[in-house]
Amino acid sequence: MEDHFIENLGWVALLLPLLSAVAITLGGPFGARRAAAKISIGAVALSFVASLILFLYLHLTGQPALAETSFPWLIIGKYGELNNLQFNLGLQLDTLSLVMMLVVTGVGLLIHIYSQGYLAGDPGYSRYFACLSLFTFSMLGIVLADNFLMMFIFWELVGISSYLLIGFWYHKPAAADACKKAFITNRIGDFGFLLGILLVWSVLGSVGFASLKLEAAHPNHFGPVATIAGLLIFCGAMGKSAQFPLHVWLPDAMEGPTPVSALIHAATMVAAGVYMLCRVYFLLSFPGSQALEIIGWIGGFTALLAALIAVQQNDIKRILAYSTLSQLGYMVMAVGSHGPTAAMYHLTTHAFFKALLFLGAGAVIHAMHHEQDIWQMGGLRKKLPVTFWTFLTGTLALCGVPFFSGFYSKDSILAQALKNGSYGLFIIGVLVAALTTFYMARLALVVFWGSARSSAAEHPHEAPGVMLWPLRILAVPSVIGGLLFIEATFEHFFAGGHGEAGTITWAEQLLEPLNASPAAALSGIFAIMVGGAFAGALYWKAASDPLPLRLGWFARAMRNRFYFDELYERVLIPATHELWSRIAQAIDRWIIGGLAVRGASGATEFAGRALRLVQSGSLQTYAFLLVAGVAAVIYCLLAR
Amino acid sequence: MSPVGPHHYLIVSGLLFSLGLLGVIMRRNLLVIYMCLELMLNAANLALVALSHFNGKLDGQIMVFFIITVAAAEVAVGLALIVALYRKRQTAHVEDLTSLKF
Repeated sequence: MEDHFIENLGWVALLLPLLSAVAITLGGPFGARRAAAKISIGAVALSFVASLILFLYLHLTGQPALAETSFPWLIIGKYGELNNLQFNLGLQLDTLSLVMMLVVTGVGLLIHIYSQGYLAGDPGYSRYFACLSLFTFSMLGIVLADNFLMMFIFWELVGISSYLLIGFWYHKPAAADACKKAFITNRIGDFGFLLGILLVWSVLGSVGFASLKLEAAHPNHFGPVATIAGLLIFCGAMGKSAQFPLHVWLPDAMEGPTPVSALIHAATMVAAGVYMLCRVYFLLSFPGSQALEIIGWIGGFTALLAALIAVQQNDIKRILAYSTLSQLGYMVMAVGSHGPTAAMYHLTTHAFFKALLFLGAGAVIHAMHHEQDIWQMGGLRKKLPVTFWTFLTGTLALCGVPFFSGFYSKDSILAQALKNGSYGLFIIGVLVAALTTFYMARLALVVFWGSARSSAAEHPHEAPGVMLWPLRILAVPSVIGGLLFIEATFEHFFAGGHGEAGTITWAEQLLEPLNASPAAALSGIFAIMVGGAFAGALYWKAASDPLPLRLGWFARAMRNRFYFDELYERVLIPATHELWSRIAQAIDRWIIGGLAVRGASGATEFAGRALRLVQSGSLQTYAFLLVAGVAAVIYCLLAR
Repeated sequence: MSPVGPHHYLIVSGLLFSLGLLGVIMRRNLLVIYMCLELMLNAANLALVALSHFNGKLDGQIMVFFIITVAAAEVAVGLALIVALYRKRQTAHVEDLTSLKF
């Protein structure tokens, strides 16, 4: 009885947001339009409660995972036969998915509440909340999916709901372009993901995670294709988590409303890629597979590239967007250096402080009457005290200042790289940590210190309470996230449920990085000090950016995002576009126009021309042929 | 000599039919072709009557009445067509009537 309740709770958590999206969309005439925010917030809050109950149940009973609840959805072949093809819909309720669910619904809940203030008075108010609910549903689907196919379906649903949300202000051309760009770039990655799923399915004969895990446990014929399958699956993560070379969509996606950026492009959707990699880690780490090596380097490269670009951006949201890219690169790098624990740890803490930073940026933008250029701001410290303090908390956490949550998770990644012997990745990680501190200190110094640089900055108005409370609440886990035994929980999970979780005390946890890997922790702290010192020297009360003068062309390249967009626009898109248009034109001209249309008319005409030669006009010939025909028929009938 | 049996009638009927058929195929004058057609019909009539007589049933004879009626109607229509054609073209020879060919 109790088990049934617990099992169904997962479905409840998953389906409530969908219900809310449907209710808001269809219930417009019945007052749902005005109650949209309340319906949506209620749904995600109930989902959060359900996830919390599930998590506590799992934790208290000490099971590694709750029994899977799945039912067949699509069966090809006979039911119960051995060689049939069966796709299930089922929920995977284990530590990994439940912690992720808590993050998605918890951060999501705060962002829903914040949106109520941020979008007050917008004509698309109810549409916004319907899309937000749809997104939450899709994201929970990815988290809970117990097989590749279901995950892929929700993967695409996340893509479409992110498309709707980025293009929320569709009348702005930039937003309309950005949502298309995000969707199409994601599709490229998803195509690889689908190929990867098909490859895994064709070799291992299953798409369910549990059965794949059993298959992968003993050596079999998966070995030869393990690398290529791992990389194809990584393609999906490359799109969703915006890894190089598909990173270009994320900064443009900042055209959506700021809470959307916080929810989708900081805490949840972009984390889906990393989550998926951790979920199928047993496939990536298959003995003999080179996939992790490549994944690690792509992640490291993305982290470095994005951090460099972030240094020279002036739009407050774009800086945070590139910072997100950089941190996602960090997580992917952690997966690549055999550390899914570190990746999931950083994912969790990053979700808190990056959502906090985005919401803080939203409060600043709100206060500045939708001005996003940091060089138009300045001196906001006194005028927006709550925003300032919470934003500062997020900044310190992101930089990885000791005893903030980011310190622990970032250190865990660095330590993992060191432990794995990936010294190249370790150096990149330290470099990126320094750059992160540099650009975040630049952002904070320019926005909150100095003097007001525009009239809007002289008279800002603090956001309403409905926007400030989520900031205050998010600041709490951003600070103490390192002390919540998140790492131990994941370690327990990835070790396959062996070992005892949570045996260390709070005090030990506080200094754990220094004990576990002093080299990593000290390098991290050193990087922060270097980055902070440079930023302080350059930007303390600076009136304009001094860096372009000092770095010249390199600063220009950083500001222009290393010309990746231009490269794609001028080279890649014309090339592929030209190729495909030629192929399409050839098919149109030769196969459809030539073979189908003109072929049909030509064949008819030829037959007509040939047959009309029979019409000699001689009556006697016709009569003779008629008689001959009758004779032939009679002969055939009688001769048998 | 054996008495006259159904075979004899059928042979005569077949001969008549072949004669008509040959006329339809060989002759050039429409009127003659028409008469040959009638000949073929009557060959069939002869066969029907003969078989009806030898089988002791009246079905064939009734059939013949129908054929004669239809043939009369056909002759009326056909001759009218030929007369109309002759008025228009001043000819009743099939070689001259080839305007429907390619």
